[in-house]
Amino acid sequence: MSKVKVNFPRFGSYNVAVRHIIVNGCGVDYVEAPPITKKTLEIGAKNSPDFVCTPFKYQLGGYIEAIEAGANTLIQVGGACRLNYYGEIHEQILKDLGYDVKFVNMANADFAKPLTFYEEFKKITPNLNIKKITSAVLLAVKMVEAIDKVEDYIRANVGFEKEEGSFDKLHRDFLEDLKEVNDKKELNLLTKLYMSKFKKLEVDKPKNPLRVGIVGEYYTIMDEYSNHYMEKELAKKGIVIERWMNVSNSIFHNYVKEIKQSIKHYAKYDMGATSMYTINKALDYAKEGFDGIIHVKSFGCTPEIDTMPVLQRISEDYKIPIIYFSFDTQTSDVGINTRIEAFYDMIMMRKEDKIK
Amino acid sequence: MKIGIPRAFLYYKYHVLWETFFEELGIDYIVSPETNKDIIKRGEAHAMDESCLSSKIFTGHVDYLIDKCDYIFIPRVATFGSHKETVCSKFQAIYDVINNIYREKNLKILYYSIDILNKDTELKAFLKMGKFLGKKKVQVLKAYYIAKQAEKTAKMIEINNQNNLLNSDKLKILVVSHPYNIYDEYIGKPIINTLNELGCEAILACVVDEKKARDRAKKISGTLPWTFNKELVGAISLYKEKVDGIILVSSFPCGPDSLVNEMILRRLKGKPIINLILDGQEGTAGMETRLESFVDILNLQKEGGIHE
Repeated sequence: MSKVKVNFPRFGSYNVAVRHIIVNGCGVDYVEAPPITKKTLEIGAKNSPDFVCTPFKYQLGGYIEAIEAGANTLIQVGGACRLNYYGEIHEQILKDLGYDVKFVNMANADFAKPLTFYEEFKKITPNLNIKKITSAVLLAVKMVEAIDKVEDYIRANVGFEKEEGSFDKLHRDFLEDLKEVNDKKELNLLTKLYMSKFKKLEVDKPKNPLRVGIVGEYYTIMDEYSNHYMEKELAKKGIVIERWMNVSNSIFHNYVKEIKQSIKHYAKYDMGATSMYTINKALDYAKEGFDGIIHVKSFGCTPEIDTMPVLQRISEDYKIPIIYFSFDTQTSDVGINTRIEAFYDMIMMRKEDKIK
Repeated sequence: MKIGIPRAFLYYKYHVLWETFFEELGIDYIVSPETNKDIIKRGEAHAMDESCLSSKIFTGHVDYLIDKCDYIFIPRVATFGSHKETVCSKFQAIYDVINNIYREKNLKILYYSIDILNKDTELKAFLKMGKFLGKKKVQVLKAYYIAKQAEKTAKMIEINNQNNLLNSDKLKILVVSHPYNIYDEYIGKPIINTLNELGCEAILACVVDEKKARDRAKKISGTLPWTFNKELVGAISLYKEKVDGIILVSSFPCGPDSLVNEMILRRLKGKPIINLILDGQEGTAGMETRLESFVDILNLQKEGGIHE
């Protein structure tokens, strides 16, 4: 049998945590897909159904590029929306294209029976050691938390860096060093070290900067290529950016009951997938007096489309501007930047008016 | 008190259940008219641009009913069982979507919620609704059981009638579509009419023993999460051998159908199949041309002109 070489779709900065599970938990090789480019999307779109949501297309393109880079085992997860059915269709399309790969689809597992996840993992490699995989998953969770903590700090400060690119460089170094971490102790030390390095980076932050909150669909909001580097574009204008939506908040520490309670004036029921989080955070940002909110999703994302009438009411009630972005394969940087520009001018003028 | 029922979405699947239930309880109701241009326009004006045509139509029907009744009936479904028995999140969200779109109007909404994963069964949902309507529990239970019986009978008759069509000598075409699309006067009926005009029998995938169809679907697609799509996929497998061709009909840009149609096209071999997308734009000429050429091919094949 040839060596097992595993790929999981690129997702935000979390590849390093996935890599840890594959390499140290399963004891097999990890193949990172090349960075997403226009070509990735082209390959994905060419082989995908026309009006499926864009993350499906990115991930299909990513799988094909990963196979070309040597991967022979692919992993997909399940989810609360169309994502739950991605795996089976990705697998079918790849098979029809003639790729001879093993496809491990976590959507086969049952949330009510955690052991079924172990059974799925065993498909990656039969020699799976339950102790090793458990401890690797636990450390990966901590890695994700560390990544999210660091990135929260970056979003709040990168717009004011004195030396252009200083945050980006340190961020890259952090992710690189994270690969070498073997246990919780090392992880804590590394995170502390980098947090203090980040805090030492010089920033020129005004007392009362513009603040914008970003809400929206899971993949597009976290994948910077998918959202056309929106956070960076905003930061360049000297804006503090807050984004609650990340893996640690949405999966490891979410408080569904509290969220339902806090949004009950706007939504009686869970409206599906990430809708509750979107509404809840938009409401928080509105109450906290942010200068604006940006809503991000891929074209046709039903749960997020359904949050839009709610966001419009929040916008009216709290007099906070909200701008809506929908990304598909045709979206151009120019269109996005023009709208961001206009949004920026508007929230800037509003702020100046308030000060007067 | 008068209830207004939007003739859209779940109406087409549950109207016998709903109407019998209200009638048994002596509750007055009206149903919005068949979808027409005005209703589509109302829906387009109020629903989000990107939402699917079917949900725009639903919004249009709600809009029509405003000020014509005391309560508008907007039930909600979240799950029919496990994580593998879900529905498009639109059905989960529709109550709150309408409430937010029309907040200014302060709509009075009659609703129920089915979420079996969280133990909200259909029976429980109807009992709650009956209580809200001020009826006694015994009365509500009785109305519900009678309504369930009526629903079962209506379904049986429907399936029987369709079985008769399956014996016809005409060209038989299986139309795979959610009931709210194919039964809709404005977007779906023209397809059936055109097929009939071309001398074909339209066999509807949604007219099927639903449980049998769902079980069948599990064998075709193991992780398919949406119950309504399972019924259609299973129906294809149940009817496939008895029809000459298959037409998949979806409204733009239906989330579940975007993936399920792809699965069907890739896995169901041996029958000619086409895919029609309904976008609600005026004019049926494009649709008619596609149906005509599809039927031409099927006729040729039946006469032995094309060998596979």
